Amino acid sequence: MSVRSWGNYPKVEHAAVIPLAWRHEALPKVGGTMLPSGLARSYGDSCLNEGGTLLATRGLDRLIAFDRTTGVLRCEAGMTLGQILALAAPVGWFLPVVPGTSYVTVGGAIANDVHGKNHHLEGTFGAHVRRFELARSDGTRIECAPPTEPALFRATIAGLGLTGLVTWAELRLKRIDSAMFDVETTRMDDLGHFFALTEASAGYEYNVAWVDALAKGKDLGRGLFIRARHSSVAIHPMPEAGARLAMPFDLPAATLNRHSVSLFNALYRARGSRGWQHTHEPYSKYLFPLDGIAHWNRMYGKPGFVQHQSVVPRTDAPLRVRAILEAVAEAGDASFLTVLKVFGDREGAGLLSFPRPGVTLALDLPMRGAATLELLERLDAIVRDAGGAIYPAKDARMSPETFRASFPRWEELERHRDPAFSSSFWRRVTR
Amino acid sequence: MSLQRVAIFGATSAIAQAVARQLAAKGVRLHLVGRDPAKLEAVRADIAARGSAGVSVTLADLDETARHAALVEEAEQSLGGAMDAALIAQGTLPDQVACEHDFALAEREILTNFVAPASLATHLANRFAPRGTGRIVAISSVAGDRGRASNYVYGSAKGGLSIFLSGLRARLNATGVGVVTVKPGFVDTPMTAAFKKGLLWAAPEKIAKGIVSAMEHGGAEVYLPWFWWPIMFAIRHLPEAIFVRLKI
Repeated sequence: MSVRSWGNYPKVEHAAVIPLAWRHEALPKVGGTMLPSGLARSYGDSCLNEGGTLLATRGLDRLIAFDRTTGVLRCEAGMTLGQILALAAPVGWFLPVVPGTSYVTVGGAIANDVHGKNHHLEGTFGAHVRRFELARSDGTRIECAPPTEPALFRATIAGLGLTGLVTWAELRLKRIDSAMFDVETTRMDDLGHFFALTEASAGYEYNVAWVDALAKGKDLGRGLFIRARHSSVAIHPMPEAGARLAMPFDLPAATLNRHSVSLFNALYRARGSRGWQHTHEPYSKYLFPLDGIAHWNRMYGKPGFVQHQSVVPRTDAPLRVRAILEAVAEAGDASFLTVLKVFGDREGAGLLSFPRPGVTLALDLPMRGAATLELLERLDAIVRDAGGAIYPAKDARMSPETFRASFPRWEELERHRDPAFSSSFWRRVTR
Repeated sequence: MSLQRVAIFGATSAIAQAVARQLAAKGVRLHLVGRDPAKLEAVRADIAARGSAGVSVTLADLDETARHAALVEEAEQSLGGAMDAALIAQGTLPDQVACEHDFALAEREILTNFVAPASLATHLANRFAPRGTGRIVAISSVAGDRGRASNYVYGSAKGGLSIFLSGLRARLNATGVGVVTVKPGFVDTPMTAAFKKGLLWAAPEKIAKGIVSAMEHGGAEVYLPWFWWPIMFAIRHLPEAIFVRLKI
């Protein structure tokens, strides 16, 4: 069966996709290996298992308990972050960490130890997980929490779904006064300006920058800087979700080229002004702007696209980020979701957590074969040289060398891996 | 009608769960009946944690029709009053080929998909009729509109149920009690996990929305999604000589 990850690249076949409906049922017996699969929002091949089985977890979307006085929520692992927020936000609770889409399951958020625009304050998703149950292929079920199963707990967070099936998890939510955000946006002139704005915005819960990746020379690093806080105005009735648009089919691959992206970038940047623009936005609009367009990945056409998210240590970050942006601008390749953020000092909660102190840059490139892969390899070299890392959830092609340099403790995860679990990504990078 | 108390029979089916969630979100008090203790508990906890006005359960195998009178009685006791609506949702998808070779198997499937729902509907009707209120909503299927070679054991049970409900609706017409026959098309649930999905498939949430609306506003025969009405109209009116030659 053919299953695509969010980047539509690579395209691989699976022996079977088995939907799971009840958390207490035994794992299916399969020949070959299996991998839990939620909404397949990972961009590359970390959510694929070529030739093997995928365990589809979306049917495991039940709440188990939600204590509205303490904010502790226990749910099955196929529940999405969007479903949790829809239940919790109206009663004054919020997930402490969310990525840029709400279409992520709890299991996926744990397996990738996802981060968000508030990493500098809250760390990663895994830091707010209290416990979970792991179903292993030998029939055992292990309740993992830091005091009782510290090693397996840490290996499963950011463990890429390889340590077994997470059936349910218990999360700590945080109090909010309102489901709205107070958002401030300004134009960013260049890379130096980004670091200055980050410093000046340290008191904001959320901050992130969008970069015009086609800008070169003195304009390199220009874009928009966006910072935000949960609004303190008391909870309103939830704003109705706007109409959801959808990309009905793959656009021709040629639609995204440097001219169209250049135009988009100019228009997008024009939304910002010199000073700070203040807006009051529902959480979904601020946190998950692209969720409003179903299948936005089809914009890249049939060949799909690849993401490249790196983190480099803070000391010489300006230099390294500049080198990456220069290489991309020079190639003339059209990245238009280019995002820059400074990570906080908190260590990731998992063995293979991607976030670490430093600066992270995410960009996406239409997949154009060898030329794209060569460019990405050059970017990897810059990151390796800096002592940085590449994010597995976004990756479809990094070399085993780059992976090992990024995650020196990968062999510990290999030891905790369930022998019946594997992924295309894992086989590729541990070759 | 604003619903306050609803009972769901066969509460662990994917469609029933989706209905229960939507009702819980509206603040409806629910009573759930199901056969498998672990599944029923998972559904109960989910509904309770969603902040429902209250949820109670009874474990029962609905094939045991002798228990139905007591189950209906217990549902109203647990709900703390007369129910506004009941959903009859239990059902199985038989292995057609196996049923062709073993009629004992076919008989059990007909019991589950026709006899048991008809029995429940009768007990509910007899309870609702004297007070002149309440809605009985039962899940039949588009498969009951015509017998197909690939699926006629299931189809005949559902078809029997549709006709039974049609008669019950006529019997209760003057009393104010409503009987709604819900006919879903292809629904993406664990029951149909093995099928290849296409454009005609719908999510259980979408079917549930139609069911909740039928509980609130009534109706007679409701095709879900609506586009199955013209499709089944065409299929019902195909001459038998042509129909028997179709590979469907």
